[in-house]
Amino acid sequence: MSNAQPHSAQETTESRLERLNYRRVGLYVVLTVIAVLFLIPLHSGLMASLKDGNAFATTLPFAPPTPDVATLDPWSTAFSRLGRSMLNSAAVAIPATVLSALFGSMTAFGLTKIEWRGQIAIVALILAAIFIPYQAVLVPLKQGWSMVGLEHTLALIPVIGDTLAARTSLFELTITHAAYGIPICTILFRSYYQKLNDEILEAARLDGAPERRVYRRIVLPLSVPMFAVTLIYQFTQIWNEFLIALVIQDSSKNYVVTMQLNALAGSMQSMYNVQMAGAFIAALPTLLVYIAFGEQFAKGATV
Amino acid sequence: MIARLVRYLRQSGDSAADSSRPLRSDGGVDTTESGLGRPDETDPGPSASTVESLHRNEFVRSLPFWLPGFLLVAAFVYGAIGWNFLISLTDWSGFGSPNYATVSFDTYVQLFRDSVFQNALWNTFVLMVSFTVVALAVGLFLAILMDQEIRFGNGFRTIYLLPMSLSFVVTAIFWKWMYNAQDGVINVALQAVGLGAIAPNWLGDPRFKLWAVVIALIWQFSGYCMIVYLAALRAIPDDHYEAARVDGASTVRLYRRVIIPQLRAATMGATVVIMVFALKAFDFIYVIYGGEQPGPSADILGIMMYREAFSGSSEWAYGSAIAMVLFVLALVVIAPYAFAQYRRGDL
Repeated sequence: MSNAQPHSAQETTESRLERLNYRRVGLYVVLTVIAVLFLIPLHSGLMASLKDGNAFATTLPFAPPTPDVATLDPWSTAFSRLGRSMLNSAAVAIPATVLSALFGSMTAFGLTKIEWRGQIAIVALILAAIFIPYQAVLVPLKQGWSMVGLEHTLALIPVIGDTLAARTSLFELTITHAAYGIPICTILFRSYYQKLNDEILEAARLDGAPERRVYRRIVLPLSVPMFAVTLIYQFTQIWNEFLIALVIQDSSKNYVVTMQLNALAGSMQSMYNVQMAGAFIAALPTLLVYIAFGEQFAKGATV
Repeated sequence: MIARLVRYLRQSGDSAADSSRPLRSDGGVDTTESGLGRPDETDPGPSASTVESLHRNEFVRSLPFWLPGFLLVAAFVYGAIGWNFLISLTDWSGFGSPNYATVSFDTYVQLFRDSVFQNALWNTFVLMVSFTVVALAVGLFLAILMDQEIRFGNGFRTIYLLPMSLSFVVTAIFWKWMYNAQDGVINVALQAVGLGAIAPNWLGDPRFKLWAVVIALIWQFSGYCMIVYLAALRAIPDDHYEAARVDGASTVRLYRRVIIPQLRAATMGATVVIMVFALKAFDFIYVIYGGEQPGPSADILGIMMYREAFSGSSEWAYGSAIAMVLFVLALVVIAPYAFAQYRRGDL
């Protein structure tokens, strides 16, 4: 902004500097005020989660707890309710993230580094799939999984079959999330592969390397930065997903963390301090990922 | 986002040499550069005949890589939507299997006469438009502020983008506390500055129920709009600013006449993504209003679809029909943008 302002030659350097300073102070004030506004919901939630029920009811919502009422009880209550669902979420999100990134990378390789006529149509179909509202697939998803009857199949496995069958909805969620992650991963990898130099691939092919070796030995090692982006972005997306879990999850024993957090909020209506602690616990993995890898997260989000 | 996607499409049809053109990182299409620095179209490229003979069966060789992924996408997205459409043409209530022999558009006729549906459609529209317009405006404002040499730029960016890393479920729980009528953060703040008399019952009063959702969504996603715009702003060459400055243009004029027009592609891309987020507002409303009955003033199509298909009544055909309307809405959001790209020769 400042560099856009016209300034005449008569203006002294001094007055210009002064004006720039006012401008810059104003800029930082505005940026800081907005940042504070952005942080208020999180700050109030954090403060609430550190007060016991009594202090919570009698103090201002955004005031920090005084040392004599500060407590971690809401956190331990919330954790005792959410711990198991966090493990369920991890059991779903980690394999689904890896699967969608791997499929995305392979698909993008096949559609970018091996040129053939008509691949544009396949790419068009895959990228259109990114924008599908999940509601449009919920009924078939529910009906489809019940027709596949994964539960009965899993029960046939000796020894651990019954345990697996009781966890069917976790398998279904994993596969579903992996499938819905493929389009965005494909597009992310595709943009990356288009910038990769073809010459080294051609050299390997001229040496007689089959495509799978070209992919595994050359493309895959070069894809590490893009894997970082897609894994971070996909993990966040899958960990945060709620609607598909809501439709597929059968019993509270299998709830993923978003489901369990919703259940916690429903059963502890007026206990906002526990709800806030629960919200933080549920968000913790994605918050940590975001704080550690903000750059890559933003890259995935903007495509 | 779309611009970027569309760009890939175009590029895959071009010569291999063309793919070495630099891509912009903001999802916008570079209008300033088109045609510049491109190799001659008639250039056959390095040893075209060798490549041709080596790649006679590229299609077959590429199959093992893209087919598995594509089949999964096709089944889970296109197959599912097709099936969903078929179900919406039956009168299936969720028990047994649907009777595909009696397909008709009766469900849709019934749907468009349903006042609950009309109301939900209107709310969806209001939410989508207001959320999109304000989030883009806030994002652009933030991006313009951030597009300067500022200290702690990364710190500010981290804070603005932070809400986007949270789940809708988590933000709904934070905001339920913000909106609490008696001792919620917003109303306590209003009382503190002497506006206690106007402090509304945000989540109880029908006049505010939908706006409570819109405000929270803006909080969550304007940071996203900011980084899209920021990338686009940074891609505008410095000499555009210089030229305007030499001409003596004011800052406001500079932005209105020079900068904002160049952000069109970024705006359209962000609009599509943001509107699709608005169609997904289901999670937030479901959690903050404690289930699939938020009341008529906050009922949107996503919620109504879930209620019809998956709660007690379980009218799957009816739910599927609502889902098809949502799908068409998403297409309507994307289509004008794709068409604009096509007209500009970017598709």
